Amino acid sequence: MIAAGQPAPDFTLRNQDGEKVSLSDFRGKKVLLVFYPLDFSPVCSDQLSVYQEVKPEIEAKGVTMIGISVDSGFAHKAFQEKLGLDTQLLADFEPKGEVARAYGAYIEKVGHANRSLVLIDEEGTVEWVHESPTPLEIPGANLIFDALSSSQAH
Amino acid sequence: MSELTSAAVPPAGPGDHRRGDGPELIVYADLGCPHCASAWVEICGREATIVFRHFPVASKHPRSPALHAAAEAAGSQGRFFEMVDSLYRDRGHVDDPHLWQRAERLDLDLDRFEFDRRSGAVATRVRRDFESGIRAGVTGTPAVFSLGVPEVDHP
Repeated sequence: MIAAGQPAPDFTLRNQDGEKVSLSDFRGKKVLLVFYPLDFSPVCSDQLSVYQEVKPEIEAKGVTMIGISVDSGFAHKAFQEKLGLDTQLLADFEPKGEVARAYGAYIEKVGHANRSLVLIDEEGTVEWVHESPTPLEIPGANLIFDALSSSQAH
Repeated sequence: MSELTSAAVPPAGPGDHRRGDGPELIVYADLGCPHCASAWVEICGREATIVFRHFPVASKHPRSPALHAAAEAAGSQGRFFEMVDSLYRDRGHVDDPHLWQRAERLDLDLDRFEFDRRSGAVATRVRRDFESGIRAGVTGTPAVFSLGVPEVDHP
């Protein structure tokens, strides 16, 4: 897994609407990348739904939250609609898992990312990472706020 | 806006909804959640004091905020758990007219129920529970804490 202090690898992926999104588009703002295994798995649904409920509080701290999985944009669109999410979801679809690999979040033997959170600062440097012990374990939203609160204290 | 950094589950206090006798089980539940509805029967069958905390996940269950507000409004007339039981027993009837029918069956003052469930105080009360759950790391419902320790994170 990538570590705090390292430059965040740039990427360009398509979102749920087929639009190209690059990490560099967000330079000057903080970004929270939420790597998750798969759309529609019950555990992922809970994770993104709970984060959605505190999205206003995350955004109030100047952070843009972005979900990434190996699913296609079409699956992302349906997943977004099913869960009532307005969090942007990026398709790490082809080459499969390339971005997750660049961040060290990919699990080869299962073919998808582990549940990992990466907070990137305004200059594009990784500020904080959290990797779940297993994909079944959801990182609580409290951890995001802990990271943001210590980053503001610096 | 409140701080949502990590914090232990607040112990049960006078402001909580409690039912039963025995050791306290603090339950973060979503009234729109099917897992919670099936777990509720089992949870209520335990020899414990059930402390109900609101954890509506509105993006996933769009009616949840209305259901939690209805339970809270029933609670202000002393029928909180009766409304919770009613909502979990029959998940198919959750529109406003159904909520009025439920309120009538519980002999609630309907005008007061209507006023209360739309009040800011009720929304604030529900959000307070939700935020305490977020701070305790709740990521799915029902989340049951026994002696402050998560017992079942997710069934």
